[in-house]
Amino acid sequence: MVNNAVEIHDLHVVRGRHTVLEHLDITIGGGVTGLLGPSGCGKSTLMRCLVGVQQTRAGTVRVFGEEAGSRPLRDRVGYVTQAASVYDDLTIAENLRFFARVLGVGKDEVDRVLMAVDLGDRKDDVVGRLSGGQRSRASLAVALLGSPDLLVLDEPTVGLDPVLREDLWTLFHDLADRGTAVFVSSHVMDEAERCHRLLLMREGRIIADGSPAEIKEKAGADSVEDAFLAIVRRDAA
Amino acid sequence: MTPRITAAVAGRVLTQIRRDRRTLALLLVLPCLLITLLWWMFEDTPVFDEVGPALLAMFPFIVMFLVTSVTTLRERSGGTLERLLAMPMGKLDFLVGYALAFGAVAAVQAALAVGLSVGLLGLDVQGPVWLLLVVAVVDAVLGTALGLFVSAFAQTEFQAVQFMPAVVIPQILLCGLFIPRDQLPQALEWVSNVLPLSYAVDAMTTLTETTATGDVWSDLAVVAAYAVAGLALGAATLRRRTA
Repeated sequence: MVNNAVEIHDLHVVRGRHTVLEHLDITIGGGVTGLLGPSGCGKSTLMRCLVGVQQTRAGTVRVFGEEAGSRPLRDRVGYVTQAASVYDDLTIAENLRFFARVLGVGKDEVDRVLMAVDLGDRKDDVVGRLSGGQRSRASLAVALLGSPDLLVLDEPTVGLDPVLREDLWTLFHDLADRGTAVFVSSHVMDEAERCHRLLLMREGRIIADGSPAEIKEKAGADSVEDAFLAIVRRDAA
Repeated sequence: MTPRITAAVAGRVLTQIRRDRRTLALLLVLPCLLITLLWWMFEDTPVFDEVGPALLAMFPFIVMFLVTSVTTLRERSGGTLERLLAMPMGKLDFLVGYALAFGAVAAVQAALAVGLSVGLLGLDVQGPVWLLLVVAVVDAVLGTALGLFVSAFAQTEFQAVQFMPAVVIPQILLCGLFIPRDQLPQALEWVSNVLPLSYAVDAMTTLTETTATGDVWSDLAVVAAYAVAGLALGAATLRRRTA
C-alpha cells in the first residue's frame, strides 16, 4: 500500500558547478501542495525530478511506488513546464488532439479539458496569437488530459489576471477533492494561503514544511511572506 | 514504438507544415524554379542532362536537412520535447514520425521536380521514373535524420542553420557534380566514398544513363543505411533526463 504520491529520499542535484538541490527528503501526499520560494531557489529543478527529466547526482524519487519518469508513470503524471509547452503554429484544439492521441485518450477528453481551463470559445485560435495567460492555460489543459493522478505544475498562474488565478486555484482544489495529488510551485507568497500544505524553499533546501497556519504560527508571523522572512533571519542568526 | 503515437507525430508535423503556407510554397516550388534556371542557363548544351540528376538528389537532402534541424531544435528549446518525453512516447515514435512526415513532403516535392525535369525540360531518363522518386524520398529521409542529429548540437536556430554549410556543402562538392568522383585526388575520393550524398547522386545518374537498375538498388541501400544510422544517432541525442 502506497500512501504517499511522492517519496523523495536524499535527492541531490548539481548543475554545472552549482548545487541546486541539497540532499532533500520530502514526501508529498494528496491535496494541494504548494512549493514556494524565490526565483532560482531550485523549484523547477525539483519539479523536473518528479517527472523524471532531470539528471540527478544522488538520491531516489519514487512516484506511486515507481521510479520517477518510468514507463508505468508516464500517463499518470501531468506536467506543466514554466514555458507554455505547446505548439505555437497549431490551434488549441489541434494541440490537444495531438497530445490526446499520444496519451491514447478519447476526443471527449479534449472538450472536457477545454471547459476546465475555460478556453472552449478560443479552441480554434492558433496558439501563437493568444495572450500569455491563454497560452499557459492551453499548456495546463494538455496536462489535464486523461485525468492524471499527480499534477506537477511549475508556476501555472504567473502573469494571469487575478480573477483567472482565482478560477485556477478553484480548479486545483476540485481536482484534489477528486483524488488528484496537485503539486504546484509559485513565487507569489499570497497564493500560499490556498494550499493544504506548503513547502518553503530557499537555495536548494526546504526551510519550512506544514499547513499555512502551522507555518505562520511557528514563525510567529501574520502572513506566509512574513513567516518566510522570519525563518530566513532565524536561520542566518 | 507505438504506431498510434508515431502516426500522431507525423500527422502533427504535416499539419504544422500545411499551416505554414510560405514554407510549404518554398519547399515545393523553389526546387522547380532552380532546376528551370539551370536548364535555361545551359540551353542547347548537354550539361542539363549531366547535372540534372545530381540536382534531383541534392534538393530533397538539403531542404529536409534544414527544415528538420530547425523544427526539432524548436521542440528541444520550446519545452514540447521535454513534455513528450515525460509522456508515453518512445524516442523512435518521435524520430520515425518526423521521418514519415518529411518523407511524405519529399515525395510531393520530388514528384514535382521529376515531373518538371522529365516532362517539360526534356531530361533524358533511361531507367524507370518511379525509381527516381524512391531515391529522392530515401534521400530526404537521410536529410531528416542528419538534421535531427545536428539539432542536438545547436543552441539557437541561428547555429542550426550554420550546420548546413558544415554538413551539406562538402557533400555537394564531393558528390561528383563538379568533377567525376574517380578523378578526385585519391584522399578526397576516399572521403567522397564515405559521404552518403555521393551514393544518392550515383543512383540518380545511373537511372538517367541506363535501364539496368542493379547498381541503383545497391546505391539506394547505402543511402538507406546512412539514414537508419542517422536516426539511431538522433535517438541517442534524445535524452529523457537532461542536466
